[in-house]
Amino acid sequence: MKSTIRDILAKHGRLPAPVEGLSDDADLHAAGLTSFGSVEVMMALEEAFGIEFPDRMLNRRNFSSISAIEQAVMTVQAEEAA
Amino acid sequence: MCVICDEVEPTTLLEQLISHGILIDTGIDGIYGRSGVFEDVIARFEDLVTRTGATGANPMSPEVMRFPPAMNRFHFERSGYMKSFPQLAGTIHSFMGDDRGHFDLLEKLSNNEDWTGQQKTTGVVLTPAACYTLYPIVAKRGPLKAEGALFDLQSYCFRHEPSKDPARMQMFRMREFVRFGKPKQVQEFRAGWLENGETMMKKLGVPIHVDLANDPFFGRSGRMLKNNQRDQGLKFEMLIPIESEEKPTACLSFNYHQDHFGTTWGLIDADGETAHTACVGFGLERVALALFKHHGFDVEAWPKAVRKALWQ
Repeated sequence: MKSTIRDILAKHGRLPAPVEGLSDDADLHAAGLTSFGSVEVMMALEEAFGIEFPDRMLNRRNFSSISAIEQAVMTVQAEEAA
Repeated sequence: MCVICDEVEPTTLLEQLISHGILIDTGIDGIYGRSGVFEDVIARFEDLVTRTGATGANPMSPEVMRFPPAMNRFHFERSGYMKSFPQLAGTIHSFMGDDRGHFDLLEKLSNNEDWTGQQKTTGVVLTPAACYTLYPIVAKRGPLKAEGALFDLQSYCFRHEPSKDPARMQMFRMREFVRFGKPKQVQEFRAGWLENGETMMKKLGVPIHVDLANDPFFGRSGRMLKNNQRDQGLKFEMLIPIESEEKPTACLSFNYHQDHFGTTWGLIDADGETAHTACVGFGLERVALALFKHHGFDVEAWPKAVRKALWQ
């Protein structure tokens, strides 16, 4: 899943530096992920994983690192499967 | 019910404003004429804003600029407004057909059919917020000076949101001070106006309340933008009850854009870094409406202290 997230970040995140240089726990906002960038990443994640983030999960914290995004996607997947 | 004249007293604030001749009905919700009395209140409030800025709220003397309520369409497109607020934008279209097209248009008009099919987009859109015109102009001037820059703007703005709430007009005036500079410079500017704006508004004798806020971003992506804006404390509003006690109206707003406009327009500070921006906005009609709501429709009868603050 992390590699899909990395692909999406590279394609939609509009980060000033390459995603390969970022660790899974690196702060994406510090790395230049803007609000508009995170919106585009959110939309692409929904399409790639066939999920829909509930409103309460649309916040900076859930898009703050690659690990945080993975955790958020897994939470939505678990909720939608239940 | 008025016993003598047998007329029903208007009950809504909008009807009262119109019946007292403060606003003038045009048949379209949110588009009103303004009476001389209303305009005088706005002029006096603008003067109070200017004085407050000059007596400490502004870090420097602002450069005054005034623009008509329309802007360069390409600047509007690049600003990203359609990403955030497509539902509010007003774009200007005109007939660009030939004689045959004109004939078709007239025929459709006389048949009460939709005649707008031949309208084509022009190079201009209605200004959505006073500062949108400014950023590309400042960017074109090149890097900022060490002290940054400050501008004083006022413009009619358009937002497509017809409503019976007189405080939600489709065309209204926004006065703005816009600060450009280092993050610290623009944050200090906003903090200063949060404090000075409250002192200024207390002189007007209306109930005020400052709260964290968000812009009306569109759709699901907008939910994320709203949450981010709130999480980072980027927008504060000064609220005054006008149409409703439960849902008071934002009359002043204090916004820190971080490097959003700096990145969009390539605004550079004196050290070559992306400039940050912040603005304080005054909803002129809303402040005037708050004054009429709380002090009545006869300005001569407003409390002495309020009259002194405005008319000196």
